[in-house]
Amino acid sequence: MDQILQGLREATNLHEIVTKRELVPQINLFEFSAKEIAAKTKPGQFVILRIDENGERIPLTIAGANVEKGTITVVCHEVGKSTKQLGTLKKGDYILDLLGPLGKPAEIEKFGTVLCVGGGVMTAPLHFQAKAFHEAGNKVIGVIGARTESHLIFEDEMRNVCDAVYVATDDGTKGYKGLDFLKDLLKKTKTDRVIVMGPVVTMKVVSELTRSHGIPTIVSLIPIMVDGMGMCGACRVTVGGKTLFACVDGPDFDGHLVDFEELMSRLKMFTPQEKLAFVLQEERGGNL
Amino acid sequence: MSKPKPKIKKEVVPMPKQDPEERTRNFNEVAQGYTVEQVVAEAERCLQCVKAPCVQGCPVKVDIPAFIQLIKEKRFDEAIRKVKEKNSLPAICGRVCPQEEQCQASCTMGKIGDPVSIGRLERFVSDWERERGLQTTEKPDPTGKRVAIVGAGPAGLTVAANLAKLGHEVMVFEALHKPGGVLIYGIPEFRLPKKIVEAEAEYIKKLGVTMKMNALIGRLYTIGELLDRFDAAFIGTGAGLPRFMRIPGENLCGIYSANEFLIRVNLMKAYDFPRCDTPIFVGEKVAVIGGGNTAMDSTRCALRLGAKEVKIVYRRSRTEMPTRAEEVENAEEEGVVLEFLTNPRRFIGNERSWVKAMECIRMRLGEPDASGRRRPVPIEGSEFTMDVDTVIIAIGRTPNPIIQQTTKGLQVTKWGTIVTDENGKTSIQGVYAGGDIVTGQATVISAMGAGKKAAKAIHEYLMSKK
Repeated sequence: MDQILQGLREATNLHEIVTKRELVPQINLFEFSAKEIAAKTKPGQFVILRIDENGERIPLTIAGANVEKGTITVVCHEVGKSTKQLGTLKKGDYILDLLGPLGKPAEIEKFGTVLCVGGGVMTAPLHFQAKAFHEAGNKVIGVIGARTESHLIFEDEMRNVCDAVYVATDDGTKGYKGLDFLKDLLKKTKTDRVIVMGPVVTMKVVSELTRSHGIPTIVSLIPIMVDGMGMCGACRVTVGGKTLFACVDGPDFDGHLVDFEELMSRLKMFTPQEKLAFVLQEERGGNL
Repeated sequence: MSKPKPKIKKEVVPMPKQDPEERTRNFNEVAQGYTVEQVVAEAERCLQCVKAPCVQGCPVKVDIPAFIQLIKEKRFDEAIRKVKEKNSLPAICGRVCPQEEQCQASCTMGKIGDPVSIGRLERFVSDWERERGLQTTEKPDPTGKRVAIVGAGPAGLTVAANLAKLGHEVMVFEALHKPGGVLIYGIPEFRLPKKIVEAEAEYIKKLGVTMKMNALIGRLYTIGELLDRFDAAFIGTGAGLPRFMRIPGENLCGIYSANEFLIRVNLMKAYDFPRCDTPIFVGEKVAVIGGGNTAMDSTRCALRLGAKEVKIVYRRSRTEMPTRAEEVENAEEEGVVLEFLTNPRRFIGNERSWVKAMECIRMRLGEPDASGRRRPVPIEGSEFTMDVDTVIIAIGRTPNPIIQQTTKGLQVTKWGTIVTDENGKTSIQGVYAGGDIVTGQATVISAMGAGKKAAKAIHEYLMSKK
């Protein structure tokens, strides 16, 4: 039986969930068996997964890779039908398709002092980069944010790889209220590079703050995408007046050049359909 | 004793098609295929001429008179075997090849009436076989040579099938989750049912080919790494990146590349949303920019997804359209309106950044350009506005750059296509390429023709190598 299953897994490229952990409600960490992908993954890259035969292609930034174990880690926020469905899967379950690593790896060098700003679920892949910057000999300052204290993730992990970590919440339940404190932080600390991974609005706000300081600021974009390998153009973004594809030209771009307004409007393109799918799923009592 | 010679019909046996009214409400195949009586009647029209100009017109050189003769004798099993001696994907070619420009273009019957409908005959015998279970020939003796194929599209699958038949161990790496390339993501269900592509891919697997899905070469493995494990490699990654107009407003919501639109509809089955998870939005007034087969496919998908008004906006005139006449005819029957000598200048959005209109300009035809077609020239002052809520841009594709960027020593043209000799040999020893990645956007059958040549060259290379 095991042999048959093994054969089937290889033939269909099924990927097993070897770890599933709920970090906070509706945000889950998944570790997938993906030996070949793990061996090639670099911080900044992403995967596209599909749960089952009717599933859509879900892009997720890679939050870690373990070459010895042959696994990759992603952290996913339940925001719609498919991500909610992913959240119902357990350790030992399989997903149908896993493609990666996609996109260009983040530029990891010794820059000096690197400020890594993470918001929400993207704090997890940010940690993967922060760790790499730390290992490359940078002084790494982490900023992690969430809506409220109970939604903060990866705080301990960030503390392990950063020289200092600041916490910010939208409602001020923990750490600073909002990101205004960054103004002072940027004045006080000579910063050579800023990495922002989080909601579009966070990337926009931080990029605006760093612009006057002239600090190179890199944002990691995940627009709506379908294939993730340069075919569909759904993920096109305007950067410095030029149309680029996040999947092959990115996902990292110069935050001072990105047209965030356009990105935000494009992210809403399928909102009515996404809501419909979500409502239908709820009506079925979450049964898929 | 000689039989009286029956009079040869000048007119082609018409293809049974779904009624236009009916078919715009479903995604089922439009052309239904000949019956046994119809196929024999059409085969009877073949003159079996000795010169067989049809074979010269076929990029893979199928022995056309021979398989048609077998159809006349109702020996369909043998007919399909005859086709498959040269063509590994006949059910697909029978449906999507531009036969009118190839085998049928020089058909002797064409001089006195309609040419023999070779594509429809090929389709019939391949469907006949598939419905009865695909047959494979005996496995050849293994040569011990291993070949990696990058891309499971028409070129890659042809190379895979040809090399497997010669006893080589073949592994296909495909980046998408299903094999077929443009056949699965691009050409719609109603023109080429996906179960046919799946069956043809199954046939190739039966020949002993291993297919690895979700493997993007250039990222997961480089070509260099493949050469460490394989004796040769073939690159058939196709024309990938969509071309945009580079005019204002192009990134408004509601504007798709044809690639995105068709991938959502075909590969991801968005027409079956919400049963399938991938969404699509099609409004009431759809404009498709471009005049090729991809543009036609997009219009017809849009109609089936509920659009009230679908227009082709093309900057040249009907004569310059690069699409098959049959496809224009099908689209017009279904109610698609063709707006010739018109080009968009900018897209206008509403307060939510959705496209609501398109400013266009009328064109006239000037002197011939590099393609030999008359160059469209804008008529200043002829600007007008067209109301639209969905736009699909189908003006072509450029080669996907991932392999070119990640392969040292691979010679590439300034357009990003891979440089090869006439047999598909690239600047790297043991690496071959063919199809759209070499020629730029072309047809399924020309990619298969290139695959066939490359397979022959790869075989010779492998057998000469110690």
